[in-house]
Amino acid sequence: MNPATKPTEFDQPAAHLRLVSDRAGGAASGITLSGVSKTYRSRDGDVPSLRPLDFHINEGEFFVVVGPSGCGKSTLLKMISGLLAPSTGEILVEGEKVTKPHGNVGIVFQNALLLPWRNILSNVMLPIDMKKLPRDEYLPRAKALLKLVGLDGFEKKLPWQLSGGMQQRASICRALVHDPKIMLMDEPFGALDAMTREKMNVELMRIQRETGKTVLLITHSIPEAVFLADRVLVMTERPGAIAAIYDVPLPRPRSLDAMADPAFTELVQRIRKHFFTQSALD
Amino acid sequence: MAELKRESSVSKALNAAWVRPFLFLLFIVVMWDVTIRVFQIPAYQIPAPGDVVAVLRTEWPELLRQSWPTTYATICGFLLSAVFGIPVAMLIAGSKTVESYIYPLLVFSQSVPKIAIAPLFVVWFGFGIIPKVISAFLLGFFPVVVSAVQGFKSVDPDMVDLARAMQGSRFRVFCAVNLPHAMPAIFSGLKVSITLAVVGAVVGEFVGSNSGIGYVMQRSIGTFDLPTMFAALVILALLGVVLFWVVDRIERLVIPWHVSQRDDIIFAS
Repeated sequence: MNPATKPTEFDQPAAHLRLVSDRAGGAASGITLSGVSKTYRSRDGDVPSLRPLDFHINEGEFFVVVGPSGCGKSTLLKMISGLLAPSTGEILVEGEKVTKPHGNVGIVFQNALLLPWRNILSNVMLPIDMKKLPRDEYLPRAKALLKLVGLDGFEKKLPWQLSGGMQQRASICRALVHDPKIMLMDEPFGALDAMTREKMNVELMRIQRETGKTVLLITHSIPEAVFLADRVLVMTERPGAIAAIYDVPLPRPRSLDAMADPAFTELVQRIRKHFFTQSALD
Repeated sequence: MAELKRESSVSKALNAAWVRPFLFLLFIVVMWDVTIRVFQIPAYQIPAPGDVVAVLRTEWPELLRQSWPTTYATICGFLLSAVFGIPVAMLIAGSKTVESYIYPLLVFSQSVPKIAIAPLFVVWFGFGIIPKVISAFLLGFFPVVVSAVQGFKSVDPDMVDLARAMQGSRFRVFCAVNLPHAMPAIFSGLKVSITLAVVGAVVGEFVGSNSGIGYVMQRSIGTFDLPTMFAALVILALLGVVLFWVVDRIERLVIPWHVSQRDDIIFAS
């Protein structure tokens, strides 16, 4: 592990916002996809899921992918985490080619997927057990993370004793406990009610700012995408391809008031048009 | 408040789990006695409850002695079906190829009546304990496999992906995710298995044995000694209940987190 990112360093909030530019970083950091496509083989022949994709996600960037159902967003996530090999092209994470699970990611799914037989704390420690890292060293970090998301005092509870929002917060802690560079989130708040969802979005933005992680988040909700993202990637219908990538001009830190900003509504409108004109053409 | 809660929970448990079936059993026994008196059924057809109790009292040492071989054979057969059933289920759930070869045959083998082939074991293994154990094993094996396969297969693939993405080896992911997840299903299979293993052991004793409760039943039927036969039945039922209860207790220890056990946790905390 990099000595500069000690397990508890995130505890001090970042002093100011990071400036995110398209050119910063380069292939040595962040995530780079070049010519990555995926075709599934099935009994009825080949099913293309993703057309060749080329893009780069900078280190520390909040990158959001929006697209219709079944456009291969989840496939993308699995390929970046190393669970699935791309049919063509290559993926670089932190300058290293991805060929197998590399463990430099934390994943959050739509369902919290906490193990019902482990209490919250040992659920958060799951990545440490899987990676065979020293437990003692990471236990304070796990506790600090739970505190960061407002779950201190719930360490010994079992998952079913927590509400849906709290469970999802615990699963965010689990994604961060082994201090990965990247957080992959597959519709993380899709199963929550609208009010909790907004709260979680604000929370997530704060967590990302304080930890400085690179986040790749997948969502169906265009306002959510614009609200959270530094950049939004719009995908086409199946087989998925890049329709456009937008910079979000809103300043950080953002509060829910940002949703009333004309720049916000304008961008939401522009992205929405993508889907309507596209399906009209189809 | 906590005191009050415990009080009411105790009375509730007594009410639901214990008293009601007992009262119903008492009712059945009384009806049985009344029926025999009213219709004057002779004892060689149906014995009166009093006769059965009398036999239970006088023959108690002998019945106890004979129930050991049955218990022993049941437990051995049950353990064998767990020891073989769970790994077989793991293989079936883990590999499509293994499943396609084994599973249909397993289902097919279930339609072969065990009672019909039980004499075969006597031919092969003699009159000792082995035919009984095998017959108990054969009856107990299938439910364990079926439940465990279902348990292993119902793991959320996303959960496995999550653990694998953290560089967990196959074995570690299996121990941390798949196996605990399958535990509730495995235990429901084991509970069916233990009661069937009792049946299996008795079947083994029917066809060829000179000890055990099954042997006692066989012998008492031969001499129209129905009170003894009914007493043996009672012993057999008790044996099944006790063994089931033991598995149930073990389940509570192993998977205290499961939905079916949650009441306990609430009261404990």
